[in-house]
Amino acid sequence: MDLISSWMGNIPEFAVPFALAALGLIITEKSGVLALGAEGLMLVGAVAGIGAYLTFEHTALALIMAMIAASVVSLLFALMVLVMRMNQVISGLVLVFFCQGLTTLTGTLMGWTNQPVPGLETIAFWPLSELPYLGRFFIQNPVVYLVPVIFLVSVWALNRTTPGLRMRAVGENPQAADAAGIPVLSYRLAAIVIGAALIGLAGAFIAVLSTKLWISNMTAGRGWIAVALVIFARWSPWKALAGAILFGCIEALIPQLAASGIKLSQYFVFMAPYAITLGVMIWVAASKRDSNSQPGALGTPFIREERT
Amino acid sequence: MSKQNAIQLSSVSKTFDGFKALSDADFTARWGEVHALLGENGAGKSSLMNIVAGLYGPEGGSLFIDDNPVKLKGPKEAAKLGIGMVHQHFKLVTPFTVAENILLNLSHIQTSGLYRERLRRVSDDIRAMAERIGFGIDPDARIDQLSIAEQQRVEILKVLLAGAKILILDEPTAVLTEEEAENLLTTVRGFAREGAAVILVTHKMNDVLRYADQVTIMRSGRTIKSLKPDSVSVDELVKLTVGESAPEQTAPVEQRTPGEPYLNVKGLTSTGGHRALNGLNLTLNKGEIYGIAGVGGNGQSELANALMGIPEGVEGTMELIGEGDLADFDAARRRAIGVAAIPADRYGSALAGPLSIADNFALGDIHSGRYGPFWYLKTGAIEADAAEAVRQFDVQGVRSLKQKSALLSGGNAQKLVIAREFSHPPKLVLAHSPSRGLDVKATEAVRERLRAARDSGAAVLLISEDLDEVMAMADRIGVMSAGRIVTEFSQPADRQAIGQAMVNHV
Repeated sequence: MDLISSWMGNIPEFAVPFALAALGLIITEKSGVLALGAEGLMLVGAVAGIGAYLTFEHTALALIMAMIAASVVSLLFALMVLVMRMNQVISGLVLVFFCQGLTTLTGTLMGWTNQPVPGLETIAFWPLSELPYLGRFFIQNPVVYLVPVIFLVSVWALNRTTPGLRMRAVGENPQAADAAGIPVLSYRLAAIVIGAALIGLAGAFIAVLSTKLWISNMTAGRGWIAVALVIFARWSPWKALAGAILFGCIEALIPQLAASGIKLSQYFVFMAPYAITLGVMIWVAASKRDSNSQPGALGTPFIREERT
Repeated sequence: MSKQNAIQLSSVSKTFDGFKALSDADFTARWGEVHALLGENGAGKSSLMNIVAGLYGPEGGSLFIDDNPVKLKGPKEAAKLGIGMVHQHFKLVTPFTVAENILLNLSHIQTSGLYRERLRRVSDDIRAMAERIGFGIDPDARIDQLSIAEQQRVEILKVLLAGAKILILDEPTAVLTEEEAENLLTTVRGFAREGAAVILVTHKMNDVLRYADQVTIMRSGRTIKSLKPDSVSVDELVKLTVGESAPEQTAPVEQRTPGEPYLNVKGLTSTGGHRALNGLNLTLNKGEIYGIAGVGGNGQSELANALMGIPEGVEGTMELIGEGDLADFDAARRRAIGVAAIPADRYGSALAGPLSIADNFALGDIHSGRYGPFWYLKTGAIEADAAEAVRQFDVQGVRSLKQKSALLSGGNAQKLVIAREFSHPPKLVLAHSPSRGLDVKATEAVRERLRAARDSGAAVLLISEDLDEVMAMADRIGVMSAGRIVTEFSQPADRQAIGQAMVNHV
């Protein structure tokens, strides 16, 4: 009983970073820009969040600073892929390695490593918090409750507004969008920056609200799992949210199993999320579901004076 | 505003990668006329119109719209000035609906209200406009569910609803059947009668003669002449377009006695759901050209794929007499037997674009060991053979054999494919729309090669949606409809009867 209850209580903490990072990736990729840099931008958000808290001692401000920091770093990525039209895969990988180095360096130089922060008080979402077993799922920090709101707003903006329509057009067929007078590169830039802000928030959530301290490379591959999650979700935000909760369940279960006395090698525990990701990806590929949902121009730079 | 100039371009130039696509081109179109822009492939017609549409920036020269000098910074500005272009490759977002595509294009026109309401208003506008000009288009249909002709109508609705008064159509009839083309051109002539300016980019003489009020002829990036189409003879127009006396009209195909059967196709049927091929039977003899005519989409592509070994789910037999079933042969075996394939998509299926001309040429023979063992390629031998083939097959525009083959124009890419496929005398030639998109000279060169193969005893299968081509080339003609050959004709065949057979069975 206790086991299930505490498992439920832990799920959102694991699920939220996946959900936010995946949503950020979906927004960027809907504009046709292949975003592999999530791991790096999450680290930027994490270190910036901790740094901002240690400086200003205000959690909400720290989270906002983290989002801004990730957006600023993503401008570098935008410069590479939009202006210089570099290969988006390579640019994404380079961004990750650059951010890993940058955040380790910053954290160490500034003395932010291993400095605990208080995080946020949990709020009980009454009356759901009184449910048997499930109740602890609804006793979370306020940011968790913000996630469905962020999803609602994003989905509405993508599917039910003119700028959203234009952004998706830019991702599906930039030549058509260009001919319709839509500034392709501006929309892609906006998509990169907004996506990065959400990915930065995902990283800050891990550092400021979940682990409550900064350690070098602490995101430990969650950004990559988010990349896989987007493919798993076929670029649908709601499916990505469901996938994030599913991954949250699995990840939260592992420590519970260990706590309940089942002997597991700690290395197996570390490996599990990635093994599960691999399994899920294979399952998705084998089930051959609708493959047309990928943005048509994903990964292709836009050049106007191209002869076809 | 009847005789005012709608568009005037003077001494406009444009260079791509050192290639001069336009040099000092002049062009004037007036309100109220259908103005044809005529020229061969690569004459610069599309480049010139892309400048008017704001997609390309010109190098030098000036542009006047409605007699006012303008500098276009992009397609948005062109649209504001009432210029709308329907491109040869449609610029539609395929997973979106018709209404969404048109709403996208209207974004520069300030409309207020919620998204849903705007979408509804746009849908109403589409219905009204579609009705007015006789297009049956459902605003809620997704683009990928529409036929090519319908997609083109969406493109036209799109520019009209954006308020276009100058309508540019880039090769609009290339993708249409004869009847669809007639309807379209009649409709656009109606726009011109109402005062709009319509520019028709084309290389089809017929479109010009029947529908244009004025024609400007382009050749190698220059505008040669602008005149009234009824003031000159067809011969003269052709001469102006081609630049020299046009290749002679091919003599009507004489009756020939076919050789013995070589390819025997029996009961070829698609295994997929909609049965693109449905029990197709066909016998191809040595020393003949067998032409397959038919309205596009009646299984021609599937037949071509099955025969050429491009993956295509079929059952039935394709027996090559004395060799076995074509379906059992891999590419190397096909080459050893002497099967030459000229697929419709020359850049996609026949050539590796980023590889050099010499490498593309050598690909067909690389198995044979002619160019050295697997650990050493004799580049000298490859280049010598490629140079010889380029010369023999008159592949133009080759600056170097190391040049990427993707840089070749359509006609020359096709010549390169044929040079490779015919580097050993073929026994069976499979050609799918071999002259599509080629200009007069290149077309004739390609046809000459096919005839030469036939005369040397090869069995030639020509699948083409161009009835003129089939009529001019084939010794026997099979009409394909709904996945099978419905009637066969021997030369001299009655064009009328073939046309009947093509449409009656659809």
